[in-house]
Amino acid sequence: MAELNTGGGGGKKKGHVRSKKQDASVDLTAMVDLAFLLITFFMLTTSLSKPQSMNLAMPDKTEDQTEKPVIDVADDRTMTLLLGEKNQIVWYYGLPDSPIEGPTKVGYGKNGIRKELLEKEKTVLSKYGDPKKGLIVLIKASKKSTYRNLVDVLDEMAIAKVPTYAIVDITPEENAMLEKEGLYTK
Amino acid sequence: MAKVKMSKKSTKIDMTAMCDVAFLLLSFFVMTSTAKIPEPLPVDTPASTRETKLPDTDLATITVGDKKVFFGIAGQDLRREALGIIAEKYSVTFTEEETKRFSLIDGFGVPVGNLKQLISLKGDERNKPGVQPGIPYDSLDNQLREWVLAARTAAKNAHQTELKIAIKGDAKEEYPTIKKVIDILQQQKVNKFFLVTGLRSEDF
Repeated sequence: MAELNTGGGGGKKKGHVRSKKQDASVDLTAMVDLAFLLITFFMLTTSLSKPQSMNLAMPDKTEDQTEKPVIDVADDRTMTLLLGEKNQIVWYYGLPDSPIEGPTKVGYGKNGIRKELLEKEKTVLSKYGDPKKGLIVLIKASKKSTYRNLVDVLDEMAIAKVPTYAIVDITPEENAMLEKEGLYTK
Repeated sequence: MAKVKMSKKSTKIDMTAMCDVAFLLLSFFVMTSTAKIPEPLPVDTPASTRETKLPDTDLATITVGDKKVFFGIAGQDLRREALGIIAEKYSVTFTEEETKRFSLIDGFGVPVGNLKQLISLKGDERNKPGVQPGIPYDSLDNQLREWVLAARTAAKNAHQTELKIAIKGDAKEEYPTIKKVIDILQQQKVNKFFLVTGLRSEDF
């Protein structure tokens, strides 16, 4: 494809030396190819380099107890997730002393906690029939869980569209619950 | 016999204009893209499905990894201002040259006492592993709190905005360390922040 014609060959006639006619056009195909490849590269990398983020709002920790309204929440609306070690979760539905369901050990992801969340969401919705009174999920991370676990669970909340969730401190009873499932060592 | 001669058309196109445009665009993207700045504490952020982008301005990033905490402020004017507040608080003085050099540092992780030494280092030496031990954040010497406070005050003074705070944690970091950082923020009534994450699909 190179088009740098130098016009060699049958250019001689009658012994005259003719000045060679040079064709100045260069084939630019390869150059254009390269340029577009680089453009694509820079275009993709610039838009991807901006980090993604996840908004997180924690419950207010104001010490002022006097003005705090007492919120009564039915036990059949709350589900508690205990994040243990080995990338496993223990969840229960209801109160910790007398759980309606659980405690059960599950993993993360599509076939693990997400299934349970979606199922419980449906149960609560059919029980109350009011979208405003949806499922409440309490996330309690133990000392053995990692930051990835926390982000994974928060992500599940977004995927399952859980209306209310909060990150709460874990209690000793719940640590014991995790220990029983082999997901917590002191 | 009259023969109809097919006119021979050249298949070649003049690519000069196309080439020009391609290189114009190329130079545009090369110039506008920001080179990835080496981080003093490289962390592997966990992935999430959310696609909210991190804001560019009025942002402070707290990097947590390996039980160490690093702090970074976006914007050179805010860095100057914050350094001034910290200098006053810990009664150290920084020269104009040092302030200027500090305003070019993206993130750092040294106690206030070692800050002068860090500023005097060259850029590549600064980011070597082990040079920066992290900002103290325990209850005895909570310099992280002071830095967050200083950065927030700086944003209030300079831009009249509330500083946004991002937490960039390593995926393998244990929860108590993250909890400690969140607690420090909550003590200042910062209840909303961003968690820096990578991207993944919903199917995991």
